[in-house]
Amino acid sequence: MELVLNEEQTMLAQTVKNFITDNSPINRMRQLRDDKDMLGYSKDIWKQMADLGWTAILFSEADGGLELGMAETVLVTEEMGRNLAPEPYISSIVLAGQALAKGGSKELREQWLGSVIAGDAVLTVAYQEKGGRYDITKIKTTAAKTADGYVINGEKVQVTDGYGADAMIVSARTSGNDGDADGITLFLVPRDAAGMTVTRQWRLDSRNVALVAFKDVKVSEANIVGTVDKGGQLLGQVIDLATVALCGEMLGGMNFAFNHMLAYMKERVQFNVPIGSFQALKHRAAKMYMEVELSRSVVMAAARAVDEENAGKELFISTAKARCSDAYIAVTNEAVQILGGNGMTDEENIGFYMKRARVAEMTFGDATYHKDRFATLKGY
Amino acid sequence: MADLEEFRASVRSWLEANAPKSLRGKMRDPAAAFWGGKKTKLPYPDSKPWLDMMAERGWTIPFWPKEYGGGGLSKEETKVLNEELARLELPPPLTGFGITMIGPTILQYGTEEQKKLYIPQIIKGEIRWCQGYSEPNAGSDLANIQTKAVVDGDDYIVNGQKIWTSFGDLSDWIFMLVRTNWEVKKQAGITFLLADMESKGVEVRPIKLISGASPFCEVFFEDVRVPRHQILNRENGGWEVARALLGHERTMIANTFGGRQSSTETKENPMEAAAKKYIGLQDGKIADDAIRQRMAQNQIDEQSFLLTVQRNSDNIKAGHRPGPETSIFKVYGTELNQRRQELMLSIFGPECLGWEGDGFEKNELDLPKVWLRSRGNTLEGGSSEIQLNIIAKQVLGLPD
Repeated sequence: MELVLNEEQTMLAQTVKNFITDNSPINRMRQLRDDKDMLGYSKDIWKQMADLGWTAILFSEADGGLELGMAETVLVTEEMGRNLAPEPYISSIVLAGQALAKGGSKELREQWLGSVIAGDAVLTVAYQEKGGRYDITKIKTTAAKTADGYVINGEKVQVTDGYGADAMIVSARTSGNDGDADGITLFLVPRDAAGMTVTRQWRLDSRNVALVAFKDVKVSEANIVGTVDKGGQLLGQVIDLATVALCGEMLGGMNFAFNHMLAYMKERVQFNVPIGSFQALKHRAAKMYMEVELSRSVVMAAARAVDEENAGKELFISTAKARCSDAYIAVTNEAVQILGGNGMTDEENIGFYMKRARVAEMTFGDATYHKDRFATLKGY
Repeated sequence: MADLEEFRASVRSWLEANAPKSLRGKMRDPAAAFWGGKKTKLPYPDSKPWLDMMAERGWTIPFWPKEYGGGGLSKEETKVLNEELARLELPPPLTGFGITMIGPTILQYGTEEQKKLYIPQIIKGEIRWCQGYSEPNAGSDLANIQTKAVVDGDDYIVNGQKIWTSFGDLSDWIFMLVRTNWEVKKQAGITFLLADMESKGVEVRPIKLISGASPFCEVFFEDVRVPRHQILNRENGGWEVARALLGHERTMIANTFGGRQSSTETKENPMEAAAKKYIGLQDGKIADDAIRQRMAQNQIDEQSFLLTVQRNSDNIKAGHRPGPETSIFKVYGTELNQRRQELMLSIFGPECLGWEGDGFEKNELDLPKVWLRSRGNTLEGGSSEIQLNIIAKQVLGLPD
């Protein structure tokens, strides 16, 4: 792999950066929070992002996509992460979109992917349950076979962009026991399904997440995504892709936090000098700079490892998520400390990043989880 | 292109016919490195004839100018030569500070006479050089050097002391910083001097470290006469030369790191092997979960570091300027190695506490010395604190 951007990628990054700078200042995030906006993102901006082609990056030409890869995807999520743009890229395009692209029948793909790529429909994956931590096989939601399909019962939590989603792909146990890798099946459930209730949840990052309850929800076999009892494996694959995309977002966020802190160190005067002249602070800034640089390398590498079908791609992905989880938290913690009392106020934007860093850390497995996975993959 | 292939064919047949058979396959053998000079022990009997036959063609440093005894090869030809050396797995004929530090600096700052005098001797491996920079009161504050040189006729009379001089006891010549002016800003009163270690009044004492014997020495100068023509650049113009030389040294450090491989290969590494031996597995996992997490953290850190080194070299290959990420190599690489050695101690447990004698295996006796030595990594070649100052100032633009 080559850890350098080609000309097209450099252009894409610049285009995304320009759009986000012009259309998605951090204030937008603040406004959505203050308004207690139920959707938590803007349908209008999401449509514009789709019109620019960002939503098509990962899909095949047959599905109406551009057939680019994760190397391009992380450029988009990085710039979105820099200004905390909350649009449903990871949920609709990477998680649900790729689950459908990889495991959906021809009919399901034709029915949904066109409108997903166009930004008209928003999909997500409902996989997380209370108490399951990061193990996607520990689920209590069941899908029982009936004469003409399946009936789902259970509850999913913190479903990303679940509120207002047009459909969600739900993981449910069809055989085996809690914690078994096999025996999980993925079902696409449209929003109007009888027995499904979606309640907006409010998390510290203010983004759209939902509590989704299934009470005797009937789905037909035609709505199965992937293979019966093998849905856990497909879910693992798309979560890996989404993890890389999220690492891109985290890289953008930590970059903002770091530059914000650095600018403050040059401006803020105490004892008649800029506080950035103090060695105790300089060294902390230099250490955070190293973390940001290392994070950039591992994000680029993980994206390329996926695109090149590298045999060790899971190692690259866990390296990236473990590093970015720790680094985003470290940089935002340091930034709040160096911004002093200002950093503690709601008026300062840095708090949004500190909150988002925690949520991102605990999405798709934290650093401890990924170190455990890394060790297991290495055979120790 | 046809010329290049012709060149390759001639190199190949010459190496096949002449390169000592006993050295083939020793490319990565650290013991095969030959530092040249009059006091260095020969690594292998054939090391000297190998050096001589390569030096005759100027191929110890193939890309240096022919007029001073270099090979005068182009970048492409040098690459071909290296590939052909690698084909027979031959070790480099010569290594040392002459090639990596003072040679390039003499080519940059030396007079015509100096180039004609020193460069051929470096190429032939006749002189082994050591670096006389640090002093007891000039470590991180290098410009504070006090060793003084006073003009007396055609000579300088040098008095003072250098410390941390690597291989001072095995070197023939020293390149050193001396003070020639006390009236100006300290950087502006320094002169860069080349001196013969055989001169009367030079005394060398090896330094024993917490890890045991070391290549470091103290070098004392008492009324040592050094001819005035042995300065590089002008009198009081030594600081500029010293900084240029540090640049050559950093390139060398970066190249050393760049040669290492990323750790996603599935091949078992020494740390994993040690953990399996000293701690053991339970259900296929290292039985101590805290240590297992530290191992994964260390390997993730190492991989992140190596990928950053790779990103830097890929950037340069793509025609971009070296990015600011280069500045993190020294501080992060050395601290990473320290964490690795500390973790190795934890993995070995009480078996790592031996110093010598019975009841310990050889690798158990080696480890504490390797660990203790690693504590110096963040001091030598610019301490971590100095490196962080450099990042803060030159990369982040923070004020003084």
